[in-house]
Order: sequence, then structure tokens, then C-alpha cells
Amino acid sequence: MKIVPLLVSALLTWGAVHLFNTQLAVGGSKTPRLGYFLSPQHGFWQNAEASDANYNDNISLEGLEGKVEVYIDDRLVPHIYADVDNDAYYVQGYLHAKFRLWQMEFQTHVAAGRLSEIVGKERIGTDKFFRRLGMVYGAERTKAFVEKNNPEMQSAIDAYAKGVNAYIAKLKPEQIPFEYKLLDYKPEAWTSLKTYLFQMFMSYDLTGRGAVTDLQMSNARNYFSYKDFDLLFTDVQDSLDPIIPKGTVYATPAIKPIAPADVQTAYLGDTTGNSSVLAPFVPNKSNGSNNWVVGGSKTKSGRPILANDPHLGLNLPSLWYEVQISTPTHRTYGASFPGSPAVIIGFNDSIAWGVTNAGRDVLDYYDMKFKDTTLNEYWFKGQWVKAEKRIETIKVKDSATIQENIALTVFGPTMYDHNYKNSGSGGKNLALRWTAHDGGSGLLAFYKLNHAKNYDDYLEAISHWNSTGQNFAFASKTGDIALKQQANFVARWFRQGDFILPGQDSSYAWQGFIPTEENPMIKNPTRGFVSSANQKVTDQTYPYYLGAASNFPVYRGIIINRKLSALTNATPQDIQKLQMDNYNVFAEMARPILLKYIDQAALTTDEKKYINMLSSWNLVSDINEKGATVFNHIWDSLETTIWSDEFAKSTTNLGWPDEVTLLESLQRDSLYSFADNINTPNKKETIADAVMEAIKKATAVLAKADKDGKLAWGAFKDTRVSHLLKINPLSSLHLPIGGGKHIINATTETHGPSWRMIVHMTDDIEAYGVYPGGQNGNPGSKYYDMFMNHWATGKYYPILFLHLKDAPSNKRIKWFMSFTKA
Amino acid sequence: MKFIVSLLLTALLAFVAGLFTQLPWWVFAISSFVVAALLHQSAGKSFLSGFLGLFLLWIVLAFIKDAANEHILSTKVALILPLGGSYMMLILVTGIIGGLVSGLAALTGSYVKK
Repeated sequence: MKIVPLLVSALLTWGAVHLFNTQLAVGGSKTPRLGYFLSPQHGFWQNAEASDANYNDNISLEGLEGKVEVYIDDRLVPHIYADVDNDAYYVQGYLHAKFRLWQMEFQTHVAAGRLSEIVGKERIGTDKFFRRLGMVYGAERTKAFVEKNNPEMQSAIDAYAKGVNAYIAKLKPEQIPFEYKLLDYKPEAWTSLKTYLFQMFMSYDLTGRGAVTDLQMSNARNYFSYKDFDLLFTDVQDSLDPIIPKGTVYATPAIKPIAPADVQTAYLGDTTGNSSVLAPFVPNKSNGSNNWVVGGSKTKSGRPILANDPHLGLNLPSLWYEVQISTPTHRTYGASFPGSPAVIIGFNDSIAWGVTNAGRDVLDYYDMKFKDTTLNEYWFKGQWVKAEKRIETIKVKDSATIQENIALTVFGPTMYDHNYKNSGSGGKNLALRWTAHDGGSGLLAFYKLNHAKNYDDYLEAISHWNSTGQNFAFASKTGDIALKQQANFVARWFRQGDFILPGQDSSYAWQGFIPTEENPMIKNPTRGFVSSANQKVTDQTYPYYLGAASNFPVYRGIIINRKLSALTNATPQDIQKLQMDNYNVFAEMARPILLKYIDQAALTTDEKKYINMLSSWNLVSDINEKGATVFNHIWDSLETTIWSDEFAKSTTNLGWPDEVTLLESLQRDSLYSFADNINTPNKKETIADAVMEAIKKATAVLAKADKDGKLAWGAFKDTRVSHLLKINPLSSLHLPIGGGKHIINATTETHGPSWRMIVHMTDDIEAYGVYPGGQNGNPGSKYYDMFMNHWATGKYYPILFLHLKDAPSNKRIKWFMSFTKA
Repeated sequence: MKFIVSLLLTALLAFVAGLFTQLPWWVFAISSFVVAALLHQSAGKSFLSGFLGLFLLWIVLAFIKDAANEHILSTKVALILPLGGSYMMLILVTGIIGGLVSGLAALTGSYVKK
């Protein structure tokens, strides 16, 4: 035996195996284990799904009560037929896992603050934020509440979890989804808690902005003084067209919230601010949506048409998964959340429903005084009160485990304390009061909507929705249309909770929730339609404070109501066009202001060129419109010119006033004082000066965009739908779609209509839908991004809503899965 | 002849071992080592038959998956890794990594001689 070469080659072999079996650090990220990842029998090649993949299957599973048949159509939408409701949810769980397992686990890992467990210490910041925000705390409380009060809902969630786990149990090592192989970890068992964690994830996305804005607003109030603050962050929106039409008379309120006697000195005039803390991601301000229902008086068929397009961050795999669920109790179709049973936005044999975000403030901070850094006792109502503790344990890949010790107060968990702060917070202790922590019925409202037969069922179903405020639109085959804003809303006094609230006694505590009967609603109005687009739900005559006006975008509501008012003899095709409408009503109102203040004689040749593009623009933000890009740049520059001098001197991030505030101020007041540049003490700038300055600044940027061929709106905006891990090759980039902020087609760079649905309440239900993604979450499947082009170009898929007897013979049905009890 | 037999046996055993996917991906290093130890050749030939056995096996297996998939996934992975989005390059790299480990294991086996 040749010992030396033997040892040397053995060492080399070991070295090669080791090298290809290790995640290598490359430029800030890690490679997969290359040998594993590239092994054709173990690694990613196994996820390369054949383009003619056959989804037929016969599956026998434990935990089913009876037989379930699934017909899968040409878009990979499953039509589930079960004898028992829970069997349908079991199979829905199985199918979600089969097509979206990685995504549903990843999203709940984010919510649970468990990212560092899979990617390592670079995500500790994100995890700490979500743990301290009480995401797990809220999920546990909701689960406990549902288990105690809604056994039917709980058993559906349990059946769903069993279905997910039945799939995971069958999964062979080489079949785990692509992303697990890329990041090198494995799926774990699903639990019902994860369904509640997902709900917390959505609650954060829809109402979590307050976790940042309440701090920013407090800083802005301190920085400007309340008087100026109230001008910059005014509650007044002149152009508002509320969800419930102006002039509606509201009942005498059951609760009359009273501001504390010291509100001027201790609250509005308070100068002990807290610096804004950077959240790992702040929920997008445009997380909103459109929904509307056109009544029979305005449609060609005489039947209502309901439309909904929730605007959320656009990702792959998509947040949504289409499904039909049919049991003896109901036949329902719509978009579901991978991670949750039932349909979230959809329709059944009798009714249709859609949701938009209410934007109401359901999250506040209380400033707490602790006895010492152990956080064992806090000062409340003149004495030291013992604080319970919650320990959050964060596991970190390749690093030491971290523990977060969170003091629970009478208001809620202490999110910020001396251990968790940012520069300038000075260790202020801030307890979080958020309705998402209150427990509550969770998904019960949606579960009941799936089963609802009429208006009364709808009203009863949504009365269970008590988490984050939503506008529920409704239409029935019998011709009823309605819209109600629903949640447990805090009965607030003016400005309550816009800033950090004093927490040393109960005088600033919430004084009650508005009774659900007093939540604004509208049914079968004479104008023939209902609509919502995240604007304020009512005018100022509603007896409760709705929360800071910056939560409520104004312009989409105006244009939707204008278009719906003009609509007659509507067909689903008209409604499709309306959802894709790119008219910019904000520009319609802002452009005259810009043009009014321009001194034509002072413009350079270049400036003149762009101003001509602006004035000849048709106000439609289609992909080829250059005027849209010009308008956007000049308006942005005007905001910078007017605000940056005042705001730049603050050491903290304050957040600028809303566009509506600036525009309405300029419309109202030709001597707007903020137009003055405070950095030039000897000169008093006017609005005209600011506009000319903005044009100058914008022209430089526009000339560059022009040179790069990016002046057309589509190329400039450059919409993309990113993979959840932000990996470009797994994303859809450079999508040819217009629209934008303030526009019905609210598609921005990374955000927009995440599911477009139109339901015509005819006898058989005529429905259309499309979302930016595809049913299969596997990047190696041709169904991964199958709908993307249709979505971008405004096309819709006719939805197949089948009775069991018609399913086998339908031409669009391609595959059949049968599930039987083992 | 011995070369061809070694090569085919290396590929065959690696394929069979690879069917047991709960075992680690590098399990073929053991079979390649054993083949080289039993069918003795020169060091260079052992390395080459070990290398080619896996290189060809992995290329063929990857190619079959890739063709059925119409290059959808390989193109994406070849952008992530990064190999300029070339699925051909990705298949080649796949083959080289399998081949290298197998070749070195076979080389080690060739030095085991009574």
C-alpha cells in the first residue's frame, strides 16, 4: 500500500466533499451547499417540473372523514368537492402545502420572528422587532380565544393543519421546495398557531404603520410646535369624497370619549419626544385597495356587479391562491391565503364580497415609567405595579441564542425599553396597545362569509371581524348591495393616539370600542353603487375621531365615485376597464397649480420642452405617456423644495406632510408661508419661486431619464414582482403596466392590485379574476408566473365555477385527484 | 476494457446509491472508492474513470430533467449562481462537481493495493 499518496488523496477527497457540502460566504450572502444543490438526485434539478406534468393522483390519508374529489383546471385551480366541510379544509391544507409550502412557512417565520433561525445573525434585527411588537403574543391570544369561543372555526383550522402535515409527511427528501435547498434548511410540522401567526402578519401589514408613524408624529409635533404641526398634518381634507356619502345622518353615539383635562399641556404640548425607530420594513403607505359594487339599476343585466382589487406588496410566490370549495353546506370560489383555510375574497352561489383596508388607527404607544432597569415594576395610578414578563427566545443559525425580556403592562407589551431603543430615544419605555393583541374571532368572519346566503348572513358574519379595520363590500343575487366598515374601533377623542400617550394613569387609556351597529355602513343607496378606496369613511359629522388624516388617501375615492356615477348599462367588461383605468385625478388638480405659477419667459429651452409635455399630457398614466413622468418629477421636486428646508434640520426622521395637504394648501392660500426657504433669511420665496425651483431641479433628472430612454412612464416606473427572498432571477421584472399612486390602477414599482376580481351576480355567477403570479409556487414550474402577462396587460381569466356533475366533462378540467380515508 | 467497466460500474453504483435520498448526496464517494479499490488501474486511469463515471451520470440525469422542464429552472439557477443564465454551463458545472469528488475518491481507492 502506498501510504503517502493514499493519505494525500483521501485528504483531497475529504476536502472536496467538505467544500461542496458547505455553504460558502460570497459577497455578503451564502451559496447553497453546491454538491447537494447540484446533485441531480437530491438537489434543485428535482424541482425542475416537467412542462407536461401530470397532477392526477389517488391519495389515501388518515384523518379524513370521507371521500374528497378534486378537479384541477387548466390554470391549476383546484375545485374541491367534499362531503364534510372539514374534509374540504383538510384537502385545502394539503393542496396549499403541495403548491406553496415554502412560502406559507416562510411568511409565518417572518411573523414569528424566526428568520435568523434559517438565515443567520443578519436578520436578528427583524426578529427582535416582530417579537417585541408582540406578534407571537397576539397569535397565541387569538388562538386561545377561538378555541374557547368558536369551536367550529377551531376545528376547521385543525383540519387544515392536518392536511398540511399529511403532505409534509409524504414529502421525500428530494421533493422539498426549491428555496429550502437554496437556503439549506428543512420544512417543519405545521401547527394551527401558524394560521394565527399569518393573520398577525396581515394585521401588521395593514395596521402596523402606526408603530412607526406614531413616533414620527410625536417628533414632528415636538419639532414644529403643535400649532404648525396642525397645519402640516391637518385633519382637514377639502376634496374628500367619503365612503359613506356626505350628508348621511349618524345616530347619537353610545360612547362620548372625553379628552383628559391636561391634554393641552401633558399631551399636545408635550416636548418629551421619542426618536423614530427604524422598523425592518414599514408597511407600505399604499397598502390599500379598491372595492365597489354597481347595483342592478346601473348594469345592463339588472344584476349587481362586485369588484375588488386589494393593493399590497407584490411578491412571488403570490400571497393569493385561487380555490373552489364545495360541500353540502356551500359552494364558494375565490382567493385564499396559503396558511389559512377557506376563501378570503370571493363569492358563492348566492353572494359575493370584497375587502379594502379601513386605515383606522388601532395601535398606540404609552410612555411608561419603570422603577429600575429590571422592569419588574412600573408606576401606575400613584403606585408601583408589578409587571409580568414574557421571554422571547430567538434561535440564531451558527450563533448564540438570544433572549428578549418583555415587560407586560396594563396597556400591553413594552416594545421599547433600555435594552431596545434607537439613537435619541434615551431609553424611553413605550408600551404598545394594539387591537391585534386582543385575541378575537380570527378568521371566523371569512369562514361565515364563505357560507353566507344573503344580506343578513353577511352582516352577522362580518360582525365577528374585530381585528384590523376592513371595508366589506357585498352583493347578492337577489339584488342587494352594501358596504360596511368593520372592526373593534377605538372611541377616540380628537388626536387621541396620534402621538405617544402618557401612561402613568388611565386618563389617556382607550375609553371603549364603538358598538358595531354604529360602524358606518350603506345599503342599496339611491345613487346605485357603493365603493371604498381607503379614504375616510365619513365626513366630519360622524361622532368619532377616525385617526390621523395621513392614513386616508383621498384621490382614488374621488375618481372611482366620479366614474361610477357616470356609469350606465354596465357590463363586466366595463368594470374590467375601470379596474385598469390609469387616469390621474391628482394630476388633474395639481397641474393647474403648477402651470399657474410658471413664468414662461424665465424657462430655458430644456425646461420649456418638459413643460410643454406636461401641459399637453392627457392626464392618463399609460406606459407610453411621457407627461406622466414629467408631472411626477416636478411634483416631487416641489415637495422637496417646500419641505426639505423645514424638515432637514430635525435630527430625526419626521415624514413629510401628505400630498393632499400640500395641494390643498396651495389651492387655498396663494401666500403659503412654507413656500419660503428658511435657509435664505434675506429673501422671502413665494409659491412661484418654489415652482420655478422645482422645475429647474426636475429638468436635470428628466434630461437624464430622457437620455437613458426612460422618460416614458412604464419604463420610468419599472414595475416588478419580486420573489419573497428578493432574488432577481426568481422575480418578474420590467412589467409593462401603467397606473400608480392616486390612480384606480394603483400599480407602483413594487406594489399594487394583488388580486383583481369581478363578480356579476347572474343566475350561474359570471366571474373574472387574475393575480400577478401563478398557482404553483415552485420557480421550476411553468405555472409559477403563468398569470403575470395577463395581469400586467389588463386581461382577465373567466373563472370556472362548477357544479360537481359538470366537472368531469368540462373541457378546461385537466386533472383529477381523489382523496380517500386511510 | 477495465477502464470502461470501472466507469460504468462507478456510474451504476452512484445512481443506485442516489436513489436512497435520505443518504447524503456524496454517498457515491464510497462506491467510487470501492470500485477503484477492487478493479485496480493506474492512479491516472482510476481518477479518470471515477471522474467520467459521475460526470456523465450527472450530466445525463440533469439533462433529462432540464429538457422536460424546457430550461425554466436551470436558466434561473444559472443566473443566481452566477453562470450568465446558461443552462449548458450549469449542466457542465453539475457534472464537474460530481466528477471531481468521484475522481478523487477513485484515486484514493487506486492506492489501496494488497
